[in-house]
Amino acid sequence: MELKRVVVTGIGALTPIGNTAGEFWKNLVAGTPGAAPITLFDPEKFKTRFACEVKNFVATDFIDRKEARKMDRFSHFGLVVADEAIADARLEDGSIDHDRVGVIWGSGIGGLDTFLQESKSYAAGDGTPRFNPFFIPKMIADITGGHISMKYNFRGPNFTTVSACASATNALIDAYTYIRLGKADVIVAGGSEAAVTEAGIGGFNAMHALSTRNDDPQTASRPFDKDRDGFVMGEGGAAIVLEEYEHAVKRGATIYAEFAGGGLSADAHHLTAPHPEGLGAKNVMRYALDDANMKADELDYVNVHGTSTPLGDIAETLAIKEVFGEHAYKLNISSTKSMTGHLLGAAGAVEAIASILAVRDGIVPPTINHFTDDPGLDNDLNFTFEKAQKREVRAALSNTFGFGGHNASVIFKKFEG
Amino acid sequence: MSDIAARVKAIIVDKLGVDENEVTTEASFTNDLGADSLDTVELIMEFEKEFDIQIPDDQAENIATVGQAVAYIEEAKS
Repeated sequence: MELKRVVVTGIGALTPIGNTAGEFWKNLVAGTPGAAPITLFDPEKFKTRFACEVKNFVATDFIDRKEARKMDRFSHFGLVVADEAIADARLEDGSIDHDRVGVIWGSGIGGLDTFLQESKSYAAGDGTPRFNPFFIPKMIADITGGHISMKYNFRGPNFTTVSACASATNALIDAYTYIRLGKADVIVAGGSEAAVTEAGIGGFNAMHALSTRNDDPQTASRPFDKDRDGFVMGEGGAAIVLEEYEHAVKRGATIYAEFAGGGLSADAHHLTAPHPEGLGAKNVMRYALDDANMKADELDYVNVHGTSTPLGDIAETLAIKEVFGEHAYKLNISSTKSMTGHLLGAAGAVEAIASILAVRDGIVPPTINHFTDDPGLDNDLNFTFEKAQKREVRAALSNTFGFGGHNASVIFKKFEG
Repeated sequence: MSDIAARVKAIIVDKLGVDENEVTTEASFTNDLGADSLDTVELIMEFEKEFDIQIPDDQAENIATVGQAVAYIEEAKS
């Protein structure tokens, strides 16, 4: 059986630095930091009191009030970005077969705040269970894909991928695989996350995973800097319309880039720590290159997982050097988490859009917040510090690694008919 | 309108996202006000909370309209 080609025909994003894909990209290229003191709850007693929140977002501007009430914030984000991507792809042009359109959605956690609030309300009572009937359908991680399908009558493959911070990348790779195999014409794929909550910040604080630079939130996410001290929690979502190539051409869709390949691996090492030599990271990039049938020197940009944790950043660069060899020094490497923070299960979708637009526009967004070189890193690598760099980007690879040792990488390349 | 009826109406407007003048005594939650089965369960729970009463499941099944809800609560509170 011949495998189909898969292209990107629509994008949507809701991020800490922009509430549409266009605004996000403009601010990403400009090097805009997204962190600020937490407003979503009172963080006074928390070790970390800042995050990259989505700003000026009112769900009921987009979703009917009655419906919005039955959804957690992560589903609000999901529906809004799906709307944007579907409109961008002009998917509802009357030509598509809705039985052949799917939704594959990633979320690392699902409705964390819904779970917390319901549990608090139960604990405050006398033990009589008075759970809200919408508690479960608000909270469960798969529900966003359900909402998107109901709104648009998309009756193709529909499920959610959960692999912590790799979740949305897994969603993209699954979508790519199903279209490639001819199981669907179009899949709306992506992810959303809303974990800037008491449980989210408190839980990640307990693991010592978050930066505690409370006196200067905007410079806290500093991947590859000597004084990085953990990641900055972000929230939001992104959606990507993936479409079978001939289907896209037939309906005259605008093609952003081609989905060249994806790789999947596990560290099989530790709950939360990366493999010290980046074994899983090495493998996943190699598998992605193999899947894309590309050589390492055909890539120009790596959008790294680069969360700004002491160990993770080192392991990932070691892996890049080993996979790319001498070509590693010709690559642009950047961590857009320096601006967006870490959107956990949605990170892969947001960073895929950064990679797609880098390929389309020939510009690599920067790694901001660089103050001091880390002697533990190879500083001859081009981390694209501080300022975006213009260059031809023939193809870009985006890495995501999740707690549990899940690794997923995707490659997008310039579309050539 | 009794105080109970006004409070019932406010809950329905809030939970079902309907306009106040749609919430007539005869209006059926499912047929007229767009409630599904989960919405109806939520309404009953809100009535229980607001009026500090217990509505057993077998009796909740008989509360299908705004008027029936008000009558049940008035009876329970009398």
